[in-house]
Amino acid sequence: MNKTMEKIRKNLKSSQATIPLVAILIALFIGAIVMLIGGYNPIVAYESLVLKIFGSVYDMGETVRAIIPLILSGFAVAVASKAGIFNIGVDGQIIMGAVSSLLVGTLIDLPPIIHGIVAIVVGIIAGGLWGVLIASLKTKFGINEVISSIMLNYIALYLSHMLIKSFAAQEGTARSSLIKESASIGFPSLNTLFGGARIHWGFIILPFIVFAFYYFFEKTRWGYETKTVGLNPDAANYSGMKVNGILIRTMFISGALGGLIGALDTLGVYGYVAIVSSTSGIGFDGIAIALLGGNSTLGTTLSGILIGALDYGSQGMQFGAGVPSEIIGIVISLIIFFVAAPGIVKALLPKKKAPKKEVE
Amino acid sequence: MEQKRVEKVLELKHITKKFGNFVANDDVSLTVRRGEIHALLGENGAGKSTLMNVVFGMYQPEEGSISVYENETKIENPNHAIHLGIGMVHQHFKLIENFTVTENIIIGMEPKDGIRLNMKAAVKEVQNISEKYGLKVDPNSKIEDLPVGMQQKVEILKCLYRGANLLIFDEPTAVLTPDEIGELLQVMQKLVAEGKSIILITHKLNEIMKVADKCTIIRKGKYIATVDIKDSNKEELAEMMIGKNISREIDKEAYNPKQNVLEIKNLTMLSSSKKKVLNNINLTVAAGEIVGIAGVDGNGQMELAEAIIKMRDFEEGDILINGVSQKDKSTREIYESGVSYVPADRHKHGLVLENDIAENLILIEYYKEKYNQGIKLNKALMYEEARAAMKNYDVRAENEYTIVRGMSGGNQQKVILSREISRDPELLIIVQPTRGLDIGAIDFIHRQVVRLRDKGVAVLLISFELEEILTLSDRIDIIFDGQIVGQTKPTETNDRELGLMMAGKGSGDE
Repeated sequence: MNKTMEKIRKNLKSSQATIPLVAILIALFIGAIVMLIGGYNPIVAYESLVLKIFGSVYDMGETVRAIIPLILSGFAVAVASKAGIFNIGVDGQIIMGAVSSLLVGTLIDLPPIIHGIVAIVVGIIAGGLWGVLIASLKTKFGINEVISSIMLNYIALYLSHMLIKSFAAQEGTARSSLIKESASIGFPSLNTLFGGARIHWGFIILPFIVFAFYYFFEKTRWGYETKTVGLNPDAANYSGMKVNGILIRTMFISGALGGLIGALDTLGVYGYVAIVSSTSGIGFDGIAIALLGGNSTLGTTLSGILIGALDYGSQGMQFGAGVPSEIIGIVISLIIFFVAAPGIVKALLPKKKAPKKEVE
Repeated sequence: MEQKRVEKVLELKHITKKFGNFVANDDVSLTVRRGEIHALLGENGAGKSTLMNVVFGMYQPEEGSISVYENETKIENPNHAIHLGIGMVHQHFKLIENFTVTENIIIGMEPKDGIRLNMKAAVKEVQNISEKYGLKVDPNSKIEDLPVGMQQKVEILKCLYRGANLLIFDEPTAVLTPDEIGELLQVMQKLVAEGKSIILITHKLNEIMKVADKCTIIRKGKYIATVDIKDSNKEELAEMMIGKNISREIDKEAYNPKQNVLEIKNLTMLSSSKKKVLNNINLTVAAGEIVGIAGVDGNGQMELAEAIIKMRDFEEGDILINGVSQKDKSTREIYESGVSYVPADRHKHGLVLENDIAENLILIEYYKEKYNQGIKLNKALMYEEARAAMKNYDVRAENEYTIVRGMSGGNQQKVILSREISRDPELLIIVQPTRGLDIGAIDFIHRQVVRLRDKGVAVLLISFELEEILTLSDRIDIIFDGQIVGQTKPTETNDRELGLMMAGKGSGDE
């Protein structure tokens, strides 16, 4: 009886799902109009987009591969948001995770599997500590996390360049040397089965992370603490919670998820870290995904899948219909725009759906 | 405006202002003459601020009329009020911290030179005004570098720069140190000597006796009287402010205090601007008694309560619970030593409004073994307890999954009360427990508090409602300006005496 009641309550809450869904439809529609203006056929374009996502076992494998970091990034942002922190430093945390696991993967000799595990764990810790740095600057010195995390993104980027050039340089290229075979976390047999798609441990780790996120926030006292701090820090303080400690812990978790993204991509997909002039942007996609998914387990997972699939499929649009893949960038931006401005969507919905609730 | 030498600067006739069914001002009249300091006296919630917001154009009254310079006017909005020569010195300053004094004063009325801002002229103008009225402020300092008293002068200058002839001061001395208060009162006298008029909103009798010419008293929204200060005295004013409160009878067992549970010794706390918000407080509460702290809002009550549970740090003194110093303890450790706390602000501190009843009931003790199974919260127990609590404390809501935001104030307060009582405290600190509640809820909460006291719990009751203090307390301490200025018992005192002490009589008439 309790459980059913609770479910009903939750479902009532999730009537908010209408807004993201409507937002997606409007965005796809406007995307089609943009294509028409550009002289492209939107039906052919969307068709080749879908074909790219599901067209072959290779594409299906690669689509999932592309989705994994985005879902994780969405959770990294969502964890912090639940505690009232806006973590826009996931990019930096990804870099720290990537470069740390790279160094473990290139410099140390360990037996297979164990090497991979150690490299992933080091990557997670490095990302977590990078997150803790942001939280400490906030709690100790009152520095706004938005400013410190942007700055730390740059510091992480250039620090990674320095570390790669010092310890894992590959002469004549703009990337690091490759990780040792023992540190690889790929599934060679599955790779061939999926036509060469880069399947790695992340495919198995992801469901655990999704479940852990749900369990942490719905079932544990730590999740309860984190949400209390996010919803009402004054009440958290009154209740005797150590608010600063909770913020630091939360940012460790958030950063650790970023670190995991970096470790998985380095050890399972590329095998190296490139020396590039800007961060990956996956962390910023995570903000959009968490927003679109309302920081919930299901929502964040679904929006990660959507954005990841659209992103990967947009390459197919380019090949199949000659439509620039940037159009999908516009569609994704429009989705975020409509979710961030729910008033616009509500105005388009039938009146009865929006009860008057202006009076607080 | 100088040529219009009319006597009545402002005349309010029969103002009535309602919010829904609540009558905030009921037929209030007030006349302010040129060169007069007119005090507006009343308790918290008496309707002083509402009345002044009506004058300042923030609210439109349902009935009555307002005349400015003997012309009946409808004051549309604050800009209109300023245009009419009315200025408001707000209790919470509305200044931009990282602007200079001059920039803050001229904002919105900048002297221009073509499209250029003529800063030199602005500084000069500010200097002129400040010299004329003896408001010494460096026009080029930044607000954030100035002490509170100086910031207030900037607020006054801002009004004068806008040509205000009638200045409304809303509780101007609440944030000031004694020296700054003295200076402000001089400035006010200088202002009226120069032909300005002042409305002084306050509940401090000393200040009224010192500077005011007339005083209008309102109580529970109703106009009581306007008196000439030279023909009146503090006792009379206090009596008119407080009125006659009949303490309601409540069944209590005989007064039988046991050992001291709470002992506060020489407690002193400074605000960020180094004002003593608590000044050498000594206080005890014994098991089986209710000690009421009577006082007007803003005299250190919140700070006192939050010092006991360590939500705020204090500078000097010590707080002992059952003889043990709490100095190095955390809030949680203090709760664990048997303290329960019902905070004044239900929404800010007491509840997480987006959470449901059960989640709010475990807010303090969620981490205890009882509520946890391994790493999991014991939700079955949580919701089961919540159901029982709702029954025992008569919390009316659909069920234990109800989000507390949508509940009535009385039911929200019952959730907090049930949480704090079920923790089985030895000391209950309860602040403003019935603010905004209806009679039924008030009665219920009062009975619960008395029941605890009869059971042997030490209760520290902090309330701005004199009636509540008189009804519940066994002993009463009166707090004024961060100090305990008197101690008494409900049986040995009356409203008049309490009211006088709450308004600062007896704390040295400096």
